[in-house]
Amino acid sequence: MRILGILVCVTTGAMLIWASGEFPPWGDPNSPASLHVSPRYIEKTMEETSVPNAVTSVLADYRGYDTMFETTVIFAAGVSCFMLLRLFSGRERSFQHYRHILTGLTLRVRRKGKELPELEEFEPMDSLWTPYDLILRTLCRFLLPFIQLFALYVIAHGHHSPGGGFQGGVILGASMIFLAISQDMRSALRRIRERTLAIFSVAGVATYAGTGTLCLLLGSNFLDYGALSRIFPVDPVGARSLGIFFVEVGVGIAVMATMIVIYHNLASEGFLDEGL
Amino acid sequence: MIWQLDLLILTLVVICGIGSLMIKDLLGAAILFGAYSFMMCVLWAVMGAVDVALTEASVGAGVSTVFFVATVFHTTRRTKD
Amino acid sequence: MERILEVVIAKYNYWIYIVLMMIGLYGVIAKNNLVKKIVGMSIFQTAIILFFISMGMKKGATIPIIIHGQEASLRASDYINPLPHVLMLTAIVVAVSTLGVALALAVKIYKEFNTLEEDEILEKIRKS
Repeated sequence: MRILGILVCVTTGAMLIWASGEFPPWGDPNSPASLHVSPRYIEKTMEETSVPNAVTSVLADYRGYDTMFETTVIFAAGVSCFMLLRLFSGRERSFQHYRHILTGLTLRVRRKGKELPELEEFEPMDSLWTPYDLILRTLCRFLLPFIQLFALYVIAHGHHSPGGGFQGGVILGASMIFLAISQDMRSALRRIRERTLAIFSVAGVATYAGTGTLCLLLGSNFLDYGALSRIFPVDPVGARSLGIFFVEVGVGIAVMATMIVIYHNLASEGFLDEGL
Repeated sequence: MIWQLDLLILTLVVICGIGSLMIKDLLGAAILFGAYSFMMCVLWAVMGAVDVALTEASVGAGVSTVFFVATVFHTTRRTKD
Repeated sequence: MERILEVVIAKYNYWIYIVLMMIGLYGVIAKNNLVKKIVGMSIFQTAIILFFISMGMKKGATIPIIIHGQEASLRASDYINPLPHVLMLTAIVVAVSTLGVALALAVKIYKEFNTLEEDEILEKIRKS
């Protein structure tokens, strides 16, 4: 199998290297990739959409259909991970360890069945016996609001600086994953529950499709944001900028929820009780 | 376009890519994959693709490495090849 | 001799991108472990994204964000091509989605067969 693999790779590589003789030289401003459609996007992005970031305006306005289906793909990946891994019956275990935080005392409690008995002043420990680290926990709780603020900044400032909905959504999801790793998964699940995550991931896709349908209902084509000037007090150029903003918020919400869902299902093998 | 910087980062990218496939410890492969992803992000930032670099930094070097480590944690860490 | 050097200098980065793609393809085809296959698939995807981004470069041009104050007199050759960046953003999203589903499948396979090596899994399937 290895020899076949090496043979296939070398053959394909040789054919591609031979074909690279036809490519334009690197960095050529007159290469065919830069001559046909993209000069129009660069020249007209300020006067048609008033968004200086050409990548955001092309992504969300000129090529808005592709971004809508990309949001659907990431929603489908979240649903697939959920359907593959999630098990609603609890884990079978005969003992559960508890820790008293102030003194460090640990208890071992026998349990039958699948519920976790709640003891006052003791918190349940993961079965891996991770140590209770005060510095790590406090530092992470300090950092978390700043990470989320930066993520909201990246979403909202996508018009003028590199960023946009997808990047901000991933950073928001990573902040909740950060909480789940530094403390334990139960506290992350208490902050944002599984049902809320499911509703958010649908709400993201629905925001995108809903903006397009709203434009359709106002009389224009699907995803033609200029029609939004009939209900908001802006001119059509500003309405396109507003439409891009709504759509980016939708993408951000969907991506955040999907990243957290995939992490929870992977890190706890589907049981959502403890992990990593 | 500084070609010396480009060549250096490309060499690091190829070394990280080969290393991540050859190492026999799966946790090491996940961490080297994170390093590969970060080197790609630097390469794209040098080429001027700032949006793509920000996306790859948050997705590849952040979330993707965490998914790999979570999977290695729940399966095995040793491998024979 | 100078012609060969000229050709190499003009095209060496395309060749390095092709070498990277072939490393990823070798990882998918010839490695036995499932997690290594997934790593190879990811290397292949990022190498293709690198190739596309390099096609949008223009010498002496700046990033595709219109400079404030220059909206009236802009030329398209001052800014690099934003179209490959947009397509590759979608490609990165699709890459992370397939990575999540592939890792979920790997965890499920480990739970069922207790190993991640492909030849041992095929043995166990043939026996049962």
